[in-house]
Amino acid sequence: MNSTKSPVIPGFGPTLGVTLFALGLVVLLPLAALFLRAGGLSWDQFIHAAFSPRVMAAYRLSFGGAMLAASFNVFAGLVVAWVLVRYDFPLRKLVDALVDLPFALPTAVAGVALTALYAPRGFFGKILLSFGIKVAFTPLGVVVAMVFIGLPFVVRTVQPVLQDLEAEHEEAAISLGANRLQVFQRIILPAILPALVTGFALAFARALGEYGSVIFIAGNMPGISEIAPLMIVTKLEQYDYAGASAIAVVMLLVAFVMLLVINSAQKWRQNRMQGY
Amino acid sequence: MRSNPLRESTPVRLVLIALALAILTLFLFAPLLVVFGEALSRGWEAYFDALSEPDTQSSIWLTLLVAMLTVPIDLVVGICTAWCVAKFEFRGKSLLTTLVDLPFSVSPVIAGLIYVLVFGLRGWLGPTLQEHHIHVIFALPGIVLATLFVTFPFIARELIPLMEEQGTEDEEAAVVLGANGWQLFRRVTLPNVKWGLLYGVLLCNARAMGEFGAVSVVSGHIRGRTTTMPLQVEILYNEYNFVAAFAVASVLAMLALVTLAVKSFFEWRYAKELSAEGRA
Repeated sequence: MNSTKSPVIPGFGPTLGVTLFALGLVVLLPLAALFLRAGGLSWDQFIHAAFSPRVMAAYRLSFGGAMLAASFNVFAGLVVAWVLVRYDFPLRKLVDALVDLPFALPTAVAGVALTALYAPRGFFGKILLSFGIKVAFTPLGVVVAMVFIGLPFVVRTVQPVLQDLEAEHEEAAISLGANRLQVFQRIILPAILPALVTGFALAFARALGEYGSVIFIAGNMPGISEIAPLMIVTKLEQYDYAGASAIAVVMLLVAFVMLLVINSAQKWRQNRMQGY
Repeated sequence: MRSNPLRESTPVRLVLIALALAILTLFLFAPLLVVFGEALSRGWEAYFDALSEPDTQSSIWLTLLVAMLTVPIDLVVGICTAWCVAKFEFRGKSLLTTLVDLPFSVSPVIAGLIYVLVFGLRGWLGPTLQEHHIHVIFALPGIVLATLFVTFPFIARELIPLMEEQGTEDEEAAVVLGANGWQLFRRVTLPNVKWGLLYGVLLCNARAMGEFGAVSVVSGHIRGRTTTMPLQVEILYNEYNFVAAFAVASVLAMLALVTLAVKSFFEWRYAKELSAEGRA
């Protein structure tokens, strides 16, 4: 691979200039405003705004829900990716294309559709209610929406890795007497583990900040089914800019940690690939 | 194909396929179908009546306007970002790409909040703007800015890997042959990345038209004035006007389906071009 350092190609200055200008104006300056606003609070005020009991309950639901949904998505995403890569069945290509639906479908549309389905009078809600399970307007509904929004992240990170897996390793293991389950545990799982971790982190991060698809199905009962992003909206509606900023800063810090996890999982995966 | 000991037995295979389809149906396909089912539950006439309602009409126009204003800006900035990142080596490059990707990991609600903090009535520039009667928050400029924030990484994200893969040799040759920057981009770089670029534009457009959280914070939900289609869905839904809410939602769902269909078409074309190159 040749180095991309190229004094011959024109346009470095102007393109970098446009990028930095737009990045500064659209992303960095407004974000700086957020930290300045939150920084204007005293420590006690910050704690009071960002960690009041009602807000704490919202964090618990957002973090817990995102954790549950991302864990479920690791399992569900692996099954879907496995089936799409390894088996053939009618309409496989169509199913494959539709996996990206949550990326393309506006979140508000997903929100009202999931609510209509899982509400007590909805198609699935009715059936679940006969088993005594309530989904919409409970924390479980929040998890359902988070599963929807996170599923393609796991499928799309695991799928290419499964595709590139060499059959030789599996063949060798089988010739050594391993059964199918052992091959999965010892050969396939270690190879796709970094992709699963990346997928988990991406799905978790997305679920944590998600708003549109969650608020409709959540019911938004204070202390029970309010998510953290909704608390920001609530504070803003009361013109409590500083309080909203304090919660936003906490969420941004968590998102930043997740970004670090995603990056190191990706490096781990690249190292793993080079090992082969 | 694989030999037998490498495959799961037929029952296991069928169970896994059934499980995968059940998961996708519960969480993806059923919600998609219910949008159209609910929208048409009172027949086509009610559906078209709902869509021709003046407030809904103006929300459709506003959504188109917002996409028309944001996508071209995203396109120019995204191409610039991809060009300087993929074709040159410089200090702080990885920091730059991280910052460009940042909007992906920020909650859309926070994206709206930061513009309220800058331009809102009690924000940094609020009083100054008020004096000059310039409206940003609860008006079109705020909606455009919030949309720009959430769509910022889309095009660069699609282009950078493609342009990096392509290397710089072709461009260098073109420069030696006397091409200027614009000719270089149009004749050498663009043909190689056009499918990726089109897909980036498509995704960017879908997000611009469908953004809810960020826009909802800055829009103020003024009926017929600052409600985009996703906000109109929310308003109608909260008024228990379900047929109308799902009618608007169905238009957005069709946009999503078209996006996915065109994406599949691009992937097919790209694969075809790659294999054609391989043969040449």
